[in-house]
Amino acid sequence: MSQTVLSISGLRATVEGKEILKGVDLQVAQGEIHALMGPNGSGKSTLAYTLMGHPKYVVTGGSVTFGGEDLLPLTADARARLGLFLCFQYPTAIPGVSTVNFLRAALRAQGKEMPAREFLNRLSTEMKELKIDESFRSRYINDGFSGGEKKRMEILQLAMLRPKLAILDETDSGLDVDALRTVADGVMRLCGPDMGVLVITHYPRILEHLHPDRVHVLHDGRVVTSGGADLARQIEREGYEPILGTAVAATA
Amino acid sequence: MAIQAKELTKDYQFGFSDIDVSVFRTAKGLSPEVVASISQHKSEPEWMLKFRLKALDHFRKRPMPTWGADLSGLDFENIYYYVKPVEEMSRSWDDVPDSIKQTFDRLGIPQAERQFLAGVSAQYDSEVVYHSIREDLEKQGVLFSDCDTGLREHEELFRKYFGTVIPPNDNKFAALNSAVWSGGSFVYVPKGVKVDIPLQAYFRINSDNMGQFERTLIIADEGSSVHYIEGCTAPNYSSDSLHSAVVELVAHKGAKIRYTTIQNWSDNVYNLVTKRAIANENATVEWIDGNLGSKVTMKYPSVYLMGEGAHAEVMSAAFAGNGQHQDAGSKAIHVAPNTTSNIVSRSISKGTGRTSYRGHIKVLPKAHNVKVSVRCDALLLDEESRSDTYPYMDIDNPDVTIGHEASVSKVGEDQIFYLTSRGITEQDATALIVNGFFEPFVKELPMEYAVELNRLLALSMEGAIG
Repeated sequence: MSQTVLSISGLRATVEGKEILKGVDLQVAQGEIHALMGPNGSGKSTLAYTLMGHPKYVVTGGSVTFGGEDLLPLTADARARLGLFLCFQYPTAIPGVSTVNFLRAALRAQGKEMPAREFLNRLSTEMKELKIDESFRSRYINDGFSGGEKKRMEILQLAMLRPKLAILDETDSGLDVDALRTVADGVMRLCGPDMGVLVITHYPRILEHLHPDRVHVLHDGRVVTSGGADLARQIEREGYEPILGTAVAATA
Repeated sequence: MAIQAKELTKDYQFGFSDIDVSVFRTAKGLSPEVVASISQHKSEPEWMLKFRLKALDHFRKRPMPTWGADLSGLDFENIYYYVKPVEEMSRSWDDVPDSIKQTFDRLGIPQAERQFLAGVSAQYDSEVVYHSIREDLEKQGVLFSDCDTGLREHEELFRKYFGTVIPPNDNKFAALNSAVWSGGSFVYVPKGVKVDIPLQAYFRINSDNMGQFERTLIIADEGSSVHYIEGCTAPNYSSDSLHSAVVELVAHKGAKIRYTTIQNWSDNVYNLVTKRAIANENATVEWIDGNLGSKVTMKYPSVYLMGEGAHAEVMSAAFAGNGQHQDAGSKAIHVAPNTTSNIVSRSISKGTGRTSYRGHIKVLPKAHNVKVSVRCDALLLDEESRSDTYPYMDIDNPDVTIGHEASVSKVGEDQIFYLTSRGITEQDATALIVNGFFEPFVKELPMEYAVELNRLLALSMEGAIG
């Protein structure tokens, strides 16, 4: 039995005064792949932002530990330095800041700085794996990138920073079949005993590549059911309604 | 010695001050006697004394400009107009007094730069104390000296151009400078000579209540090219200081002049500078102008496009922190046909800082087929900060293409969150965004200036996050 890396208990959070998370319970063990599914508006992305510490998301109850530490009092940068990573659904452009400078600043901030030559070699290798053109090194981060390029750039950051746990927030949305495979292969290559993954999606498609250990369904701000990979297949066949119907009935 | 050692161990702030080694200075305030004593001290020819006195007259008659930044804190009677720090002009580094060397050490010159600098002209108070010209420049006939030396040794050439681009009656502060000017650089590049290494000068104010009135005159003869760099840092003082320079550039047929400035005056300095260039046929003039320091800056580098095919390029960046007002911009006056100008301005306001872009584009009736592009972008770092744009256009010829774009944006919460989610602190994230915003400007700078600018910006950002 491996150690729990992320432990969420009774987490409640509001956005602009509206309660979105209404008591989330979730455990992720070291090195495991978990999928968090659920229909639009169930609170999936809110959970991602809340875990990463976006100031707009206000925690009103519950607790979260990460690697045994209390996550909630920490700012986003401190959470990242503990080894938490968020793959953004809509990555933000930072004009004037090149990919190389951005990555070096991030590595330095996380105490993972390496000699310039080693850095450039690793960057080169990872970019090839993710089919990112060399020219993106000096391009401004996410500035004028297509949707697919942004997603690959997120995985590139993941590959360079090697966190303990990566949250993928609908990383599959807006990707064509080939791009999805590239991104999923990238994640699979990186995850292992040192890096777990929490995949947020409402399409089971990406899960065929990622083979999750556990699947959770979020509905109306709560995890209403959990299961193995079978649960994702069931959702693909039957949709959310049968599950939510029974789940809602069970909690009623 | 003990005091100096202690001084040296202090952390570098933006300013530091050395023991005042001035050997001659005029009385505080301004009068014909003060002006005459400056001219006499420099053993100037009669025509220069007359020029100065006439300029003083203009200065006194002109009202204070009220159309721009608030200048009400300026007290002309509480300023020394001339301070001479050492008796003789030094050519060799060995002759430079130790305390002055220590000041230069802190500025990172000359050790870090002299190997690739053509000549270092460091202005200490009103006089240039150190000035070296590489031998091959001399062989090419390039003149590079302080302006006083230019007047003394090349009077005919000097007189032909001095005050022709910016006459003393141009504006109140050009008049003031014309009356009391001292130091600055004089550059002449002969026909066809391309100076391939930037000529650099450092300027410093180093005496309380010391006005600095340097005068720079650069002439690029036909088909020549030169890049001149002026960088400024200044010590902090408690009472107000005034820096009022005049810079005149003349680019003859087919010549190219690039003039790069980064000013970082301490935050009590009024920086009121007139910079203007004449671009003759097929000439190019480029102003690269960065404003980080000072309490108030009013500076609008201008190009008069006098000859067909002339081109003007103005790239400016301004940073206004608490209590600062950067009123900067540019002017392009299209006199001749087929002339082009491209103006790019980037400004950042933080805290109570305020930036203004003030631009003037003028196209005269005979100037056909003129192309103008103006782009100004402002970034606000918080709720209090402010930015204004004042673009003026007088277009008297219908055959003209003009593009004007302006934007004002705020540092986004999402940008900060994105960077902090990668482990970067909020302060460093803001500095990254700020540096990124200035990137189009920074990439025009030589490497060592780019590094210095980024470092200064990072220092300016300290405490930016509440």
